[in-house]
Amino acid sequence: MFVIGIALFFGTILIALVGPVIFTITMERVGPQYAPPGGRYFLGLNDLGQDYISLLIRGLQSSLYVGFLAGIIATTLGTLIGIYGGFKGGWVDDFLNMVTNLFIVIPSFVILILISSSFKEGRSLTLIGIIIGMTAWTWSARSVRAQSSALKSKDHIALAKMNGANTLKVLLVHILPYLFSYVFMVFILQVASGILSEAAISMIGLGPLDTVSLGTILNQAKNTGALGDGVWWAFIPASVIITVIVFALYLINTSMEGVFNPRLRK
Amino acid sequence: MLKKYPTLRYILQRAGWYFLTFIVAVAINFLLPRLGNNNPVDIIMGKAGSGLSTEDARQKEEKYLQEFGLVKVSNGAIVRDAEGKPIKASKIEQFGNYLKMCSVGDLGTSFQKYPKKVIDVIKEALPWTIALQLPTILFGWIIGNILGALAAYRRGVFDKIFFPGALLLSSFPFFVFGMLLVYYFSVVIPWFPSMGGYANDLVPSFSFAFFQSVGYHYVLPFFSIFLILAGGQAIGMRSMGIYELGTDYIKYAKWLGLKENKVLAYLFRNAMLPQLTGLALSLGNMVGGALITEMIFSYPGLGMAILTAIQNNDYPMIQGCTLLITICVLIANFTVDIMIGFFDPRVKAGLQIGKGK
Repeated sequence: MFVIGIALFFGTILIALVGPVIFTITMERVGPQYAPPGGRYFLGLNDLGQDYISLLIRGLQSSLYVGFLAGIIATTLGTLIGIYGGFKGGWVDDFLNMVTNLFIVIPSFVILILISSSFKEGRSLTLIGIIIGMTAWTWSARSVRAQSSALKSKDHIALAKMNGANTLKVLLVHILPYLFSYVFMVFILQVASGILSEAAISMIGLGPLDTVSLGTILNQAKNTGALGDGVWWAFIPASVIITVIVFALYLINTSMEGVFNPRLRK
Repeated sequence: MLKKYPTLRYILQRAGWYFLTFIVAVAINFLLPRLGNNNPVDIIMGKAGSGLSTEDARQKEEKYLQEFGLVKVSNGAIVRDAEGKPIKASKIEQFGNYLKMCSVGDLGTSFQKYPKKVIDVIKEALPWTIALQLPTILFGWIIGNILGALAAYRRGVFDKIFFPGALLLSSFPFFVFGMLLVYYFSVVIPWFPSMGGYANDLVPSFSFAFFQSVGYHYVLPFFSIFLILAGGQAIGMRSMGIYELGTDYIKYAKWLGLKENKVLAYLFRNAMLPQLTGLALSLGNMVGGALITEMIFSYPGLGMAILTAIQNNDYPMIQGCTLLITICVLIANFTVDIMIGFFDPRVKAGLQIGKGK
C-alpha cells in the first residue's frame, strides 16, 4: 500500500513539475467554447476556450503548493503548541488545551468563509494557504499533545532535567525526535486536508484570484452549467486528480500507521 | 454537593464549557468580518446605492450603519454631530450592540433580499439542512462503524476489498462526489433530479405529491454525503476494532467459547466510545463539507443560502449563516458529549469515587 501511495503521490508531483516542459502551458484562448477532447487538445477546452491540459497542470501545481503551505503551517503551529503544553503540564497545558478544544469545535470552514470573504481584493493563493494553515492546526496540536505528555514522565527526560537542560533543549533534543514519525504522519494528513480545504473554499467562489487551482476549475465548471450539459471533460479530470492526490496521501498515512502499530498489519 | 452526582456534574461542566465556546464563537463571528478594516456598509452601499435617489440611499445606509452598530445610537435614533453626520461608535460599543441584537435573535437585514430579515431567511433554510444532514450523518456513522467492526473482525478477503474501497471513498471531497453522482445518475442516466429540494412547479405543503417530490430529490444529496462519511467512519472503527481484538478481554471471551455475535457485540461496545468522541470532534468538518454538497444540488438549505450571500456580498446574511452553523455544530457536539457521559463507564466510575469521599 505504501508503495502505491508513494508512487501515486510522486506521479502527481512529477506531472506538476515535468508537465510544463512537455506541454506548452498557455492560458490563451485556443479554440471554441467547450470544444470536446480530441486532436491536439486531448482533454478539450473550457468555457473560455482555454486548454484543459494547461489548466489542469497549473491547477495541480496550485493545489500541491497550497497543500504543502497549509500543511507546514498547521503542523508547525500544532506541534509547537501540543509539544509545549503536553510537556509543561499544569495551567499552561490546561490553557493551551482549552484553546485547542475550543477551535476544534468551532467549524474551521466557518472561519475560512469569514476571513476569505473579508478579503475582497488581493486574495492570493499564498494568502489562502496561510489562512487554511492557521485554522487547521488544532488537530495536530491535540494529537501531538497526547504523545508529548506520555513521554514527559520517561526516565531520560528526568535525567536530562537533572543535568540542567532547559525546557527548550529538553523539548528539541529529548522529546521531538521521539515524535518525529508521528509528526510526519500528522503532516501528511494536514497536506491532504489543506488540498481539500482549498478546493472547498474555491468551490464556493472564495478561491484565489491570482491563479488557477483544481477548485477554481471545478467552480467554473459548475457556474457555467457544464455539469447539467454533460460536458464531462470540464470536471471529471479535475475531480480525479484531487481524489488521487488525497487517496495517495491517505495510503501513505495508513501504511505508516501499520508500521508503527503492528497489530494493524497481518 | 455535586460530587454525589458525577454524571450531572459532568453535564454541567460541559454546559459551562460550551457556553464559553459559544461566547468565543460569537466574538470571532463579530471580529473576522471587521478584520480588513473595510466597512461592510461602504461595500454594500457601493452596490445598493446605484439606482437609488440620494435620500433613499442615505436612509438605507443609515439603517445598515445602525444595524452593524457602526454608529452611536440612543433611544433608537442615530446620535449626530453638529453637521448632522452620524457619530462613529467604538469597537467595544459595536460588540456590545452586536451581542444585544444577537440575544434577541436579530441578525440584521439581508441586503440582497431587502427588506427581509436575515433570521427569516435562515428560518426557511434551516429545516432543509437539518433534514438532510442529521439523518445522513447518523446513518453514515452507524453503518460505517458496523462495517468497520466487521472488517476488523473478519479480516481476510472482505477486509482486503473493503478497506481500500473505504479509503478511496473517504478521499473524495464531498462536492466532487456529488458532482459525479449528478453526472451519472441525473445527466447520463436520468434517474434522479439534479437540483433543488423539490420539483419547481410545487409549492411546499403537507400534500403527498410534495413529500414524494422531496423524497425523490433527497436521494442523490443523501448518498453523496452518506457514502463518504460511512467510508471515513469505517476506517476509524476498523483500526479501533483491530486494536480491541488484541486485548485480553476479547481473547478471554473467545477462549470461553462465546458465540461470534456476542464477542462482536462486546468489541463493538468498547470500540464505539472513541468513535463517539471522534464524531464529536469531526462534526464541524463534516457539516462544512456537507454544506458544499447542498450548493452542488442547489438544495434550499443553509449551504445554498450562504453561497448566494457570498456571491452577492450580502454580509449580514453571511454572518448570520456562519453564526447559526456554529450554533448548530455546538449543540450537536454538546449532545454527543452528554451521550458520552451516559455511556462512558469512566464518567460513571466517578460516581463511586465521589461516594467514597
